[in-house]
Amino acid sequence: MSTLLQPTPDTGVPYRVRWAITDAWTLTTRETSHWLRQPFEMAVGLLFPIMFFLMFGYLIGGDISVPGGGDYREALIPGTLAMTMMFGVETTMTAMAADTQKGVTDRFRSMPMSASAVVMGRATADLFQSALSLVALVLCGLLTGWTWHDGLPSMLLALVLLLWLRFAMLWIGVWLGLVIRSTQATASVQILVYPLAFLSNVFASPESMPAWLGALAEWNPVSATAAASRELFGNPGWGGDSWAAAHPVLLAALWPLVITAVFLPLSVRRYRRLSR
Amino acid sequence: MTSPTRAVHAEGLTKRYGGKTALDSFDLTVPAGTVHGLLGPNGAGKTTAVRILATLLRFDAGRAEIAGVDLRRDAPGVRRRIGLVGQFAAVDEILSARQNLFLFGRLYHLSRPAARNRAAELLERFALTEAADRPVGRFSGGMRRRLDMACSLILAPRVLFLDEPTTGLDPRGRGEVWDCVRDLVAGGTSVLLTTQYLDEADQLADRISVLDEGKVVAEGTPGELKAKLGGDRLDVTVHDAAALDRTAAIMARVTGGEPQRHDDGRTVSVPVIDRVSALTEVVRELDAEGVTVEDLALRRPTLDEVFLHLTR
Repeated sequence: MSTLLQPTPDTGVPYRVRWAITDAWTLTTRETSHWLRQPFEMAVGLLFPIMFFLMFGYLIGGDISVPGGGDYREALIPGTLAMTMMFGVETTMTAMAADTQKGVTDRFRSMPMSASAVVMGRATADLFQSALSLVALVLCGLLTGWTWHDGLPSMLLALVLLLWLRFAMLWIGVWLGLVIRSTQATASVQILVYPLAFLSNVFASPESMPAWLGALAEWNPVSATAAASRELFGNPGWGGDSWAAAHPVLLAALWPLVITAVFLPLSVRRYRRLSR
Repeated sequence: MTSPTRAVHAEGLTKRYGGKTALDSFDLTVPAGTVHGLLGPNGAGKTTAVRILATLLRFDAGRAEIAGVDLRRDAPGVRRRIGLVGQFAAVDEILSARQNLFLFGRLYHLSRPAARNRAAELLERFALTEAADRPVGRFSGGMRRRLDMACSLILAPRVLFLDEPTTGLDPRGRGEVWDCVRDLVAGGTSVLLTTQYLDEADQLADRISVLDEGKVVAEGTPGELKAKLGGDRLDVTVHDAAALDRTAAIMARVTGGEPQRHDDGRTVSVPVIDRVSALTEVVRELDAEGVTVEDLALRRPTLDEVFLHLTR
């Protein structure tokens, strides 16, 4: 029996690449099984950004006007989409910390599986889940009168930029999850994400904030992606005189690149340090 | 396949953290098909040793072979031959037991049908078939541990590492885990087990290494370790606690050993060399002094006594 259960040794690059992809996919299906096992939690996750949109669109933002007479709710959908991508950092961090704390990460590390698959599986599943929340919020927008005005290619480019931000958040999430390790401490990070998300152009114009806060808000990566989506969807935006406000699409492409360039190596280093 | 005769062989394994030596020239040989216990207080280096041998930690000096495979040269080869059960039940609590076994089976690169069959087999063997499709989050501690062990045995590994497998379990859960370990060993698996519980090492291990501050301070069978403490012990329990001092003095005078008082306040123990004459003499003296004895026993030392003696 034991001979049947012994897989062949992993020799050769094609063999390793094939198993890296298969292992990553296996771990992706682990996450999708979670959604099927916990449909309520999954639904709450999808409704969370919708709730933000409804709260700001209908309860809080009634008096907020967009320069040029645009509809606040039109500006809100791209903003909420960008915020949702940023909040994705919590999903990644919490899952990574839970696996590391409970020893699941150690089990993976003691198995003859691909090391990169641990993170790649997480990345695929998290991006997939974020794509679902984009679709949910877009549908909610369409139901409440929001739409895109500059054609399908621009609209798709906006969605790509949103997921690009989510991709960058993955690496912050993986790094934080490995640094923090305890599920209790993740709760405090979850709270700190709010001021970072709100210090942006998602819900209010940076020009309405004290000057130095406004400047921070304009350069916030979330603001870049929000402003870029507004531009690509043809939705009204806040405008502004700064370089950041004038080049949102470029900045929305650059910020995630910078974040990834910093946090991907940090995450890899942190993962390797588990064996120190 | 030819089976190596040594499941684990380590020479001079050393691990330092900054200036602190967590493991100091650790030597270990576990013959195939046996259970070896690593015993020691918290921070003694037990977990460090297991994590090194399970390829989770790099080490600074020494060498080791697991099932004949060199740890430094072929870590993936080692990983195919071991199972690791860590201090926490490292299973996915949202998934069912069956889904967990299938998931880890796939990650061990079994085909889908093979992973499914192996899951069913292990569920049966660990008496989890009935609960197979319930989420693991609702399992008892003992059931979770059993699943944890099942997940480590998917490839039928030659060597199984168990790092404090019963910490945090109730007595029933402990019993369940002990039965599993005995079954595995009967089936030919070699086990390296760390524990803080002396009775656990006594119950399960063929040989024991006692660790303290990263060093092996003693090694041998449970019987040999007990013998190291200097033979048998004589326990005297007196009726009246007031007579305890006099009793201890008599026992010290007769045997020449140092009496130890138990927590119950009425029992004194002393090591004895010549069992019967010591017993007779103590009884005679106690009788002469008019001490009423409630209980009197000659026994082997417990591992607790050995442990305290060695790590003092």
